[in-house]
Amino acid sequence: MNKKNIIQWFTFGIFRALSYLVVLILFFILGFIIYNGIGVISWEFLTGFPEDGMTKGGILPAIVGTLCLMAGSMIFAFPVGVMSGIYINEYAGNNWAVKFIRIMTNNLSGIPSIVFGLFGMSLFVNTLGFGDSILAGSLTLGLLVLPLVIRTTEEAMKAIPDSFRTGSLALGATRLQTIWRVILPMAFPNIITGLILSVGRVSGETAPILFTVAAYFLPKLPASIFDQVMALPYHLYVISTSGTDIEASRSMAYGTALVLISIVLLINILANSLRKYFGNKVKTN
Amino acid sequence: MDEKKIKLEAKNVNFYYDDFHALKGINMQIEQNSVVAFIGPSGCGKSTFLRLFNRMNDLIDGTHLTGECLLDGRDIYDKRVHVDELRKNVGMVFQKPNPFPKTIFENVAYGLRVNGVKDEKYIKQRVEESLQSAALWEEVKDKLKKSAFELSGGQQQRLCIARAMAISPSVLLMDEPASALDPISTAKIEELIHELKKDYTIVIVTHNMQQAARVSDKTGFFLLGELIEYDQTKKIFLNPEKESTQNYITGRFG
Ligand SMILES: Nc1ncnc2c1ncn2[C@@H]1O[C@H](COP(=O)(O)OP(=O)(O)OP(=O)(O)O)[C@@H](O)[C@H]1O
Ligand SMILES: [Mg+2]
Repeated sequence: MNKKNIIQWFTFGIFRALSYLVVLILFFILGFIIYNGIGVISWEFLTGFPEDGMTKGGILPAIVGTLCLMAGSMIFAFPVGVMSGIYINEYAGNNWAVKFIRIMTNNLSGIPSIVFGLFGMSLFVNTLGFGDSILAGSLTLGLLVLPLVIRTTEEAMKAIPDSFRTGSLALGATRLQTIWRVILPMAFPNIITGLILSVGRVSGETAPILFTVAAYFLPKLPASIFDQVMALPYHLYVISTSGTDIEASRSMAYGTALVLISIVLLINILANSLRKYFGNKVKTN
Repeated sequence: MDEKKIKLEAKNVNFYYDDFHALKGINMQIEQNSVVAFIGPSGCGKSTFLRLFNRMNDLIDGTHLTGECLLDGRDIYDKRVHVDELRKNVGMVFQKPNPFPKTIFENVAYGLRVNGVKDEKYIKQRVEESLQSAALWEEVKDKLKKSAFELSGGQQQRLCIARAMAISPSVLLMDEPASALDPISTAKIEELIHELKKDYTIVIVTHNMQQAARVSDKTGFFLLGELIEYDQTKKIFLNPEKESTQNYITGRFG
């Protein structure tokens, strides 16, 4: 082996070691939570209501609450974000307005989530009068991930070579037809990535829902979008810091964390297969 | 000999990319059902000039045009002209094959669909006709439902030609359509151009002198944004008026 090869071997060796380390840490966290939480997972835990000052019983209201917030925030953020992303990348050209929008979206993604929480409380809960509700919480979470959705949409559209656009336009298609029939189907698998990231983010956020929707203890399921709900991350926070008996609810906390992680993981797997499905379908649609 | 109808015409055309003066005072007449080749060194403005006729340059920011471009005697930059209508009438084939990520069938049907054709029977018929005139039918008739990406580069380019023809344009603009292809595919496309001449007016940009000589009736030689010489192809290649034309076709520069 000559010197060049040794350097290469050595460098890639370090890269490899570091990437294994990351995976290892991830597995450690996962293992730790599974180890501590698997004991409390049962049908009753998943479908029951909290009892005895949240030291016993289940977490169904929190699971349902989190699912509601995920769906609600996506219903809002996904169409708005995707449309803005399309507009910025395909229609708007490159003038100062677009540059401004871009800077603002980037700034938006840098704002701490607690600030979104305060903003959401002031706008949705108070000014618009939605009260502490799924609606207010979903809108707040939606705002939080909007930059992410816009960004990934933009990137996904940008990755499509211009030759597809010119090819379509040269056949007499309008810009909208070109986007709708050629560009969007191609970009869709990558746009879904944005969706996965945002859903993951939404599911784990505590600060934005603190003042807009999350209930400390509410042993019933929501009946409308104007109801308050419990949510997994907030429930986790509550039972591990300010519950009635923190020691007694320790295993409940790990169980809750495990459920939260599993939901995110499931959505990831689902979205990945969607991505593959659309990725294959796009070639022959 | 009777006068042939003028299909395309440029009248004192100047074109600018921002401050860059890319086309300088170009006048040209292109007869109906003829094949015209544009030759000239890289960067002389052939593609720019070609793209004027289906207004693809409109897509580039900061461009500016003076003079007139006429199709059938009408100014295609007139405010009343709908760009998509124009492009339906003036098809384009690009240097690199750019089929859509759709089936072979849907690629050819695309132009019809976006132009509002709903009649599936008619679409099917046009797809077959177009693939046949692009000399691709025999090769793909059993796999119309397969992705266009599964075709070879040469087949993809013929698919793009079929795609352009499906909407029955009267003009076909081809920007180096064979530059990425092997000699056999190239020969097929050249043959095709001969065939298509009956129904279309064809303008082809090429860097291949033999190709220009083989396929075209007239040839235009461009240099640094100017149309240096435009004449019968035979004349250009055997006995050009200008020295720079002579130098270019004999390979002394470019
Ligand atoms: N989008 C653009 N923006 C700015 N300048 C451009 C653009 N496209 C082309 N030009 C310039 O215009 C001139 C003519 O370009 P054009 O592409 O028409 O040349 P061409 O003759 O087709 O060259 P080639 O044989 O390499 O394809 C070149 O100097 C080029 O740099
Ligand atoms: Mg060119």
